[in-house]
Amino acid sequence: MGEAIVITSGKGGVGKTTTSANLGTALALQGKKVCLVDTDIGLRNLDVVMGLENRIIYDLVDVINGRCKIHQALVKDKRFEDLLYLLPAAQTTDKNAVQPSQMKKLINELKQDYDYIVIDCPAGIEQGYKNAVAGADKAIVVTTPEISAVRDADRIIGLLEKEEGIEPPKLIINRIRNHMMKNGDMLDVDEITTHLSIDLIGIVADDDEVIKASNHGEPIALNPTSKASIAYRNIARRILGESIPLQPLEEENKGVFTKIKRFFGVR
Amino acid sequence: MKKTQNVTIKGTKDGLTLHLDDLCSFEELKNELTKKLSANSRDQEDRLISVRVKVGNRYLSTKQEEELKSLIRQKKNLVVEEVESNVITKKDADRLKLESEISTIAKVIRSGQVLEVPGDLLLIGDVNPGGTVKAGGNIFVMGALRGIAHAGVSGNDQVIIAASVMKPSQLRISDCINRAPDQAAEDESRSMECAYISEDQQIVVDRLQVLMRLRPNLTRFEGGS
Repeated sequence: MGEAIVITSGKGGVGKTTTSANLGTALALQGKKVCLVDTDIGLRNLDVVMGLENRIIYDLVDVINGRCKIHQALVKDKRFEDLLYLLPAAQTTDKNAVQPSQMKKLINELKQDYDYIVIDCPAGIEQGYKNAVAGADKAIVVTTPEISAVRDADRIIGLLEKEEGIEPPKLIINRIRNHMMKNGDMLDVDEITTHLSIDLIGIVADDDEVIKASNHGEPIALNPTSKASIAYRNIARRILGESIPLQPLEEENKGVFTKIKRFFGVR
Repeated sequence: MKKTQNVTIKGTKDGLTLHLDDLCSFEELKNELTKKLSANSRDQEDRLISVRVKVGNRYLSTKQEEELKSLIRQKKNLVVEEVESNVITKKDADRLKLESEISTIAKVIRSGQVLEVPGDLLLIGDVNPGGTVKAGGNIFVMGALRGIAHAGVSGNDQVIIAASVMKPSQLRISDCINRAPDQAAEDESRSMECAYISEDQQIVVDRLQVLMRLRPNLTRFEGGS
């Protein structure tokens, strides 16, 4: 019996889909059987980020309306041996086509076959959000160090706390720009965690590579050298129960000596 | 069998007191009251006489109370000052109890959430921006107050709002509203402060220590020294 994790944020554009794709990938890299579920019906794009768009035959709404079996709609990621699957959202209907009870049933069915179900939640707190959290056991709230995103995260955490059957949510702070945080132009990590008063499960630095990788349909987590990739892999290991310290955002003053050491590959 | 009278009228220096028996039926009571009042009416007097009605252990519904009042008012120079009863309903009693109680709540009030209590509120946790706490009485926040706090919702302007970290977006006491300055000074510590309505009907934020002088009624502990 697996567990279902919903990735949510309230505000749009903070990186829910990117986080879902990368956590799913990182969990699969750890050898877990993972199913990604896109619940953003009508505005799907998890399939695009995963590079699986052109393999979609059936979608979530087809499964719920009984037009096909679950395994027919699941899209297999060829980069992994039978570990990573995607259940894409429908593009032609809207979010009201699905009821929370139907979602719950679907997720429970998937939990029989997979270790982790990663649910990508749409922005907002309406029907789509309700569908996404319906079947979830755990929740991860994604925010960026901006007041508007933190405010919406706060609202979402309040709603998640009221939801029954979901553990207290965990927090990911995404798109951290180290120099701005250091200058005090951006909310810092401590400020956000004390404000939201939930456990931090990871921080991800703002990295151009992430956008580049998304555009190629390859989650950044597949690239072992990028900082963001390491961050996502660490989060995945924390989900698995390992205790891993947060990686420092960037070395303090980079002296010539450090640069030379770097050049020779000494860390 | 000689029946004792159900309605007794007594004169005091402030006016009349009507003692109404609490064992007879309400109808009987009304009849006798009408009779007694007509017998004793002194229409020639212009002076208004205030009347206190004591109904003993009888529970009067609002409708019954109105009936009694209108009966008495029919006599021109009688004014009902108040109707006193020894009993209230459980519902009213519960409400009164809640209004005089401190509700202790351990929670973080997040954006979009509203917490309302009938009496005093002791919140062990924060009020985040966008969150609201309301209380019929005082509000004490053990954490940071960053949202909206409304004390004395039902119109009590003697209440106060106290917080360990006082950085509210808005403070409301009774009908007064005060908002945070647009440019908050960052260096201000804003810790352990309280808000109250000053004599010129403005909400003032000050140190906690001023309260013992301004709101001595906050002290509920009786005895000791």
